[in-house]
Order: sequence, then C-alpha cells, then structure tokens
Amino acid sequence: MIETVVGTMILFMAISAIIALETKDLLSSIISVGAIGVATSICFLLVGAPDIAITQMVVEVLSLIILIRATIRRDLTTINGDREFFGLTVTIALIFLFFLFGFKAFLTLPEFGTPAMSQFIEAPSTKYISSGFKETGASNIVTAIILDYRGFDTLGEVTVLFTAIWGALAIMRVYSRKKRKNKNSHE
Amino acid sequence: MNREKKTGMSLIVQTVTRWLKGFIFMFGIYLAFYGHLTPGGGFSGGVVIATTFVLLTLAFGRERSLSKLGKVLASVLDCSGALLFLLIATLGILFGGAFFVNFLEKWFPSVNFRLFSAGTIPLSNISIAIKVGASLFMVFIILAVRRVVEVGGRRKLISTEFFETSEKRKDK
Repeated sequence: MIETVVGTMILFMAISAIIALETKDLLSSIISVGAIGVATSICFLLVGAPDIAITQMVVEVLSLIILIRATIRRDLTTINGDREFFGLTVTIALIFLFFLFGFKAFLTLPEFGTPAMSQFIEAPSTKYISSGFKETGASNIVTAIILDYRGFDTLGEVTVLFTAIWGALAIMRVYSRKKRKNKNSHE
Repeated sequence: MNREKKTGMSLIVQTVTRWLKGFIFMFGIYLAFYGHLTPGGGFSGGVVIATTFVLLTLAFGRERSLSKLGKVLASVLDCSGALLFLLIATLGILFGGAFFVNFLEKWFPSVNFRLFSAGTIPLSNISIAIKVGASLFMVFIILAVRRVVEVGGRRKLISTEFFETSEKRKDK
C-alpha cells in the first residue's frame, strides 16, 4: 500500500520536475518546484520520518515565498469591497479547523514526563540511553549521541556552516579574481 | 596614528577586555576538551573561542583582532577543522568498517570519566571547535567590516580593509 503511494508520488515529482524545466512561464515553473517539495514531504511522512517531513514542508514554503517575491516584481493586490467579508469568514473557519485538529492531536499525546519515543521498546532512543555510556565511554550522553550515533547529522551541520561562510566570502569580494589579475598587470 | 587611537571603546572596556580575554579563551578550550564528560562540546566551545576575538574587535578595533587571527589563518583553520572531522569519520571506514565508527574506543577500551577516554569523540569535538571558532569569527568580520561607501556620487557596498584589493584601491 505504502509502496504504491510513494511510487505515484515519485512519478508525480518526476512529472512536476519536467514541467518546471519545460514551461515558459516563470511563475508556473516555481509552483511546479513547490509541488515537488510537497510530494517529498508526503513521502517522508509515509515512510515514517515526521520530523523531516515538517522541516521539508517549512523550508519548501519559505523558499517558495522567497522565489515568488524574487521573480514577481509586482506588489500584492489588496482585497477590497465584497471580498473582504469572504476572506474574513474563510480565515476564521480555517483557524477554528486548525484549533479542532490541534485539540484532537493533544488528546493523543502521552502523559507529561514520558517521551513519545520511549513507548516503543525497539525505539533507538531507548538503546541510546541504556547502552550509550557502555558503548562509547562518554559520560555526557548528548555528546555520545551527536558525535557517535548521529555523527552524520553533525557532519551535515558542519558542512552547512562551511558552505555558508565560503559562499558569503565569495559574494562579498569586491573584485573577481580575473579582474584583480588584470589590474595588477596594468600596474 | 590619530585614527588608530580613536578606534575601539573606552578605557574601562579595554582594560576589562585585556584581563578577561584569556579566561574566556580558556573557557572555550575547556568546553571543547571536556565535551564528552561535562555539558559542552565542540560547537559551544567554538562559539566561546570566537567570542574572544569578537570582544577584541569591539574593544580595540579590527586591526588588533585581525593581527591575532588574520583572514588567511582563519581560512586555514576553518578548512582544516572541517577536513579533520571528515578524516576522523573516514578513518572509521578504514578501521571499523563503517562511517563514524568509534574505532579508538574499540581498540583501547578506556577508563571512564577520564580526559583521555571515549575514543574519537574528544578528537571530533576539538576539530569542530577549531572549525566553528574560525568560521564564526569570519562571519562577524564579514558582517562588521562591510560598509556602504560613496564612490563618485554612487553608493557602493564595499568590504573595507579585510580584502587586500580595497586597501590597494585606497592607496591609489
């Protein structure tokens, strides 16, 4: 069941990617890219990684907004007249709906003080807590997890910082290297 | 010479900075070295180390801190810290069979609660601290040194005194 849904999602992502590449309109291209992101998020949710799905969704929405603002020069059109009442009604209805969903979700949460992940015996966090000190020899369990069990995450964080700084350095350069060489040869 | 005296903050801030900079630096090193035993670690230790240089920049001006940790040295430390962390992770493939295997702990099971224990974890902490300290100082320098300068009636974004090209330009 899950395999077929994920398969159709991947097919949908491939089609959206082709549309994003081939279309002439910039706005529809950006919206196709956003569709890929939403499909990725749904895939993550289906294969059992809700935290990554949330991150993917948030990053996708933010980058979509930035891309649309960067490509479309026009300002947002203001809603006037009759549509004001409609917009207000829809907003209130949506807020009520989200509140209802949130209330339902809070009812399913475990009791305070019992982590959600500790309810499953095979959960990795149970193993980290019970045998982390024995296996790694580090008495600080946070360090044992981020540098031993979850070393990949730390490597990703370091890479993000590294890339961000070198990108900023490359952008903030006053002259490009080629121009500088030409300038020196002039002197 | 006259301009050099003007840079930085008041005498009180400069004196306090002169006393405290070593202790702050030592605290950053302690956080990084003892990350596997006490709260702390490579990231927080690196941030504290970077804070020392930020404080130096704020109190004495950028010439003082850039003479201690220049652009070239910061770049070298940044790259070498990241590569060292990657090297420790890759050595896990060579000796342990998988990426990020704590091979030192497997070979020499250490006495717990000692400074030299937990295998590769303190080494990774130190390399991360070097990397984060150098790169966060570079972030501060990039953000603090950027200026909007009017050149020939046009406003231009220029990084003054951090890059050699702009200095050469001023001499002209």
